[in-house]
Amino acid sequence: MPRRLRLACLLVGVCLAANTAHAAELLLHKQAPEIVLMDLNGKRVDLHAYRGKVVLLDFWATWCAPCQLEMPRFVAWQKQYGPRGLRVIGISMDDEPELARKLYKKLRVNYPVMMGNEKVGELYGGVLGLPVTFLIDSHGVVRAQFQGETDLNAMEEKLKALLLQP
Amino acid sequence: MKRLTLSSGMIVMLVTLASPVVFPQFAPPNAGVAPESAFSIPQAQLIQPEALNRLLQAGGTEKPLVLQVGSHVLFAEAHPPGTEYAGPGSQPAGIQLLHNRVNALSRKKLIVLYCGCCPWNRCPNVGPAFAKMREMGFTNVKVLYLADNFGTNWGEKGYPVEKGR
Repeated sequence: MPRRLRLACLLVGVCLAANTAHAAELLLHKQAPEIVLMDLNGKRVDLHAYRGKVVLLDFWATWCAPCQLEMPRFVAWQKQYGPRGLRVIGISMDDEPELARKLYKKLRVNYPVMMGNEKVGELYGGVLGLPVTFLIDSHGVVRAQFQGETDLNAMEEKLKALLLQP
Repeated sequence: MKRLTLSSGMIVMLVTLASPVVFPQFAPPNAGVAPESAFSIPQAQLIQPEALNRLLQAGGTEKPLVLQVGSHVLFAEAHPPGTEYAGPGSQPAGIQLLHNRVNALSRKKLIVLYCGCCPWNRCPNVGPAFAKMREMGFTNVKVLYLADNFGTNWGEKGYPVEKGR
């Protein structure tokens, strides 16, 4: 392959990789943007109040099939790792809270779920596809982001590692 | 007589089997796929992001009407310029919204639907929305193929977006 063509291919590859990585790295290792919203039970939830805990912040919606596969696992993790400092928080990107409320009850969700909006989505780097999950350490720093259908075992390992950190 | 009956039967069988090939207009699209699935949309009706972007950027041509048939919240975050919201396709109210928006339009109008809520194989919205358009008699409908989601396949590719409801 001619040298110039090889160089061009390399450049295109780098640009594509940079583009794809862009959204994932937007918040990584930065302070998680503050969120204060009402949950489905009418209670005020302030992300800042969870400092000292490891937070799994999950953007989901009732029409998102992969989200519905993940949530029972998150419910199990909340139960299993809650005593070790895990706090799961859900943010529903549904248009109507009633839809989210029905699924909340059906899945017996044991963590607070807030109704999200476009402002919160933008704050978190643009939530333009679901699910999106962030792992936030006890100092409020985003340590991992998972976009789309994810290897939940890998997520769990990352979560456990964060729970071990001071 | 028996031989004649057998031959006739075989001919009938062969014609029946061949008819979707010879007369494709009588074959259901993507037969065997669930009718509400994104995979029920024929390949010929899909449009790639790059192609839609070119179409929207082209000067001097009639632009397509682009309708997002997924989440209103995600639409408000970002959508291609000029896009309108007409969903969600998975809900009766969303289908009604779509119906109301397009009912007065020429059935030959070029209309592009998209969702981008989640991976194509999981999308609950584009299939029903496309089916509705077909049912209403629209003959020039394309669906934007977003393999992963709108953010990955449109936004992160650098194609233009605007915000707002």
